[in-house]
Amino acid sequence: MSTHAGVPEPSGRPGLPPPPERPAVPVKEPVNYLTVAYGVKSWLLTVDHKRIALLYMFSISIMFAIGGIFATLIRLELITPPGDMVQSETYNKLFTMHGVVMVFFFLIPSIPATLGNFLIPIMIGAKDLAFPRINLLSWYIFIAGAAFTMYSMLAGGVDTGWTFYVPYSTQYSNTHVLSAGIGIFISGFSSILTGLNFIVTIHKMRAPGLTWWRLPLFVWSHYATSLIMILGTPVIAVTVLMVALDRGLHLGIFDPALGGDPVLFQHLFWFYSHPAVYIMILPAMGVVSELVQGMARKQIFGYSFVAISSLAISMLGFLVWGHHMFVSGQSTYLGLVFSGISFLVAIPSAVKVFNWTATLYKGSISLDTPMLYALGFIGLFTIGGLTGLFLASLGLDVHVHDTYFIVAHFHYIMVGGAIMGYLGGLHYWWPKITGRLYPETWGRVSAIIVFVGFNLTFGPQFILGYLGMPRRYHYYPEEFQILHVMSSAGASILAVGYLLPLVYFTWAMRYGKRASDNPWDARGLEWEIPSPPPTENFLVQPVVTERTYQYGREEEAKVV
Amino acid sequence: MFSGFPLFPEQASTFAARVDALYFFLIAISTFFSTLIATLLVVFAVRYRRRRAGELPRPIHGSIALELVWTIIPLVIALGTFVWSADIFVASRRVPPGAMEVYVVGKRWMWKTQHMTGQREINELHVPIGVPVKLTLTSEDVIHSFFIPAFRVKQDAVPGRYTTAWFEPTRAGEYHLFCAEYCGTKHSQMIGSIKVMEPAAFQTWLAGGAAGSPAQEGEKLFQSLACITCHRADSQGRGPRLEGLFGKTVRLTGGATVVADADYIRESIVNPTAKVVDGYQPIMPTFQGLVSEEGVMQLIAYIQSLQQPGAETTVAPAAGGNKIQEGGAAPAPRTP
Repeated sequence: MSTHAGVPEPSGRPGLPPPPERPAVPVKEPVNYLTVAYGVKSWLLTVDHKRIALLYMFSISIMFAIGGIFATLIRLELITPPGDMVQSETYNKLFTMHGVVMVFFFLIPSIPATLGNFLIPIMIGAKDLAFPRINLLSWYIFIAGAAFTMYSMLAGGVDTGWTFYVPYSTQYSNTHVLSAGIGIFISGFSSILTGLNFIVTIHKMRAPGLTWWRLPLFVWSHYATSLIMILGTPVIAVTVLMVALDRGLHLGIFDPALGGDPVLFQHLFWFYSHPAVYIMILPAMGVVSELVQGMARKQIFGYSFVAISSLAISMLGFLVWGHHMFVSGQSTYLGLVFSGISFLVAIPSAVKVFNWTATLYKGSISLDTPMLYALGFIGLFTIGGLTGLFLASLGLDVHVHDTYFIVAHFHYIMVGGAIMGYLGGLHYWWPKITGRLYPETWGRVSAIIVFVGFNLTFGPQFILGYLGMPRRYHYYPEEFQILHVMSSAGASILAVGYLLPLVYFTWAMRYGKRASDNPWDARGLEWEIPSPPPTENFLVQPVVTERTYQYGREEEAKVV
Repeated sequence: MFSGFPLFPEQASTFAARVDALYFFLIAISTFFSTLIATLLVVFAVRYRRRRAGELPRPIHGSIALELVWTIIPLVIALGTFVWSADIFVASRRVPPGAMEVYVVGKRWMWKTQHMTGQREINELHVPIGVPVKLTLTSEDVIHSFFIPAFRVKQDAVPGRYTTAWFEPTRAGEYHLFCAEYCGTKHSQMIGSIKVMEPAAFQTWLAGGAAGSPAQEGEKLFQSLACITCHRADSQGRGPRLEGLFGKTVRLTGGATVVADADYIRESIVNPTAKVVDGYQPIMPTFQGLVSEEGVMQLIAYIQSLQQPGAETTVAPAAGGNKIQEGGAAPAPRTP
């Protein structure tokens, strides 16, 4: 299962990132995965998991920027109560495309396809994923899906909301529902292939001695995520297909006039889309487990509880979809069952939070950027998780369902959780990925700006929601204006927080200081190989004799 | 709280205080745990900050006792909250007997409401203080959601089926009515107001502007659509007798049974061959498209008003209308 990047092109132009500036006395640099070949072709035809991770990183960064522009326009419009900046049709398209792009083309692939792709083979001592070509295929499929969705945006947009509720999406919307749906359908296969690749890789390609109970927690959480990807994603594919058939051929699956049932769509949609939230948050949890240990120089408190809680979340996560439907006409009995299980899924998340916190106890805590993001993640995820209890509460959810309360809640999970985790992970492994250090001061500044801006953006939305402000409202009553203005102000701060890393990461690719193999003095196989790693990751097959994270034994502890 | 910056919505129904109590409890729980976590993070980050490069703290592997503590305590709190919230929810689904009935039809982008006494309103609903009000909702097109924040009440209006909700207003005033389920271009303008009135004022309001009651309108439809030629009161028609039918259990061809509630009657009007009563032929044509959603609701009100021969056939919809929700459940989802 050895792999090689594309054949070097004789006349290749420099690829990403550019070659290091030569020191005055030329030193022979070992060839790494970035310098092994240059040119566009060497990237587009690569089967190296590390290069594919960068392809993904580049692609989803563009999608994040597009989704961010939509969000900016939404927040600008909502500064004033009347819809005075854009038409209602346009506003509805903006929040739809913000959701579609961010959920399907940024959040779902974000950590798994970039950091997961890059790190999983290295963390388990393998040379690549089990199916390198399928890995590349998954990226092309992702791009094809993104292209369809882009087409539907450029052709005029979609206005169904990212939830595509029927019968609006099947019978009433005059917008480009089909092409957007096809985009989601296609990109789902990219997710399935990635999940499949991860599961096979983790099962079959672990280094000698790397037993399940020695695996890094990042790998555990990706294993749990992959289970959801391969079990859940086919359901959304089928659901989108049904919408297409209903819309195009009037089959009437969801049309009550033809004996169909619109609420059936919601069951199918949330059967995937609720677990999809865990596709976004579980990898971030894995990242935070690594960050907390690396930055506190201490192994995780309660390893097996953190590992198993990931699996518990991915399993229970499949049984809670009906909590999106308490007021949909679903029976009272079903409501009770789904509410009860939703309360249960909170427990493994709570266990993780407590274990991360306990890990810091008597650690050697560095407050460098990755740790700031990790601390921010724990804080925001705690709030996001606790407000999930409000939504699981049947009688209370009736009031806050489909209001800004839910908007605030899921942004705390997806943005405060998943994106904080992604950014924290990017900073932590940036030296490994690029061989360069990012500017630490700017990193800390950006982490603080993101944290402050995020809370100012989404904190007021909890209050708005409880006051009764429905989501997806273009016009709104005047009494909600102050909170909306606060939210928009926060969003502008948040935008700065997101732009900063873009700027200094780009700068650091060329001008950052050279990184050592293990700049954090952390434990794990990825820190035992050069930065950036060679194409085959390990020149000698590593043999693992103990759990990752051996930060010193009792007798060698240097401080108490 | 100054008026421009409210933090909590008004309480104007019997549910409001119950929902808010749970809300404040959860805020207390959330504040406690997030403060606990935040304090620990900050204290640890300061107290155990790295003082020298290369220092290696003593490893701590974990503690089964602590894991049990922070599994069991949240579990107990979660299950307690579940029971509390379920109690409110079940109460919100169980319509008290004698509730005043109102029909609600959602349509892009307006709410049409109709009282049993015949008043019809658009984007408005007048209700009295102190009387439980039962809503029967449906939609003419896409899914809408009838949301009154001051009452803490929300219920989707789904095309092709009836859903129910109820509330009991406690304070006179005018309150927001929102559509909470995204329904297309003018979703945010599908709003209105709920006008809660003192009982005397409400009686005065009721006195004016009444058209025929839904049951009376339904009776007219029943004749104009010629339903009466088959559904004859003397049991000699080609269709089943409808007197005294509402709320009864009906035996179907094939042996299954169904409760003749509003949903079943609606289905029998728009899709008559789906569930045919035992002993009858599937010969009824569909009335899909021939009668509006409001018309179907009026026909149901009429059928509901038909008593057994001998009993007075006066129109008393509020009294007979509670069989639908005795189970507390909206109709279960049907799969195609």
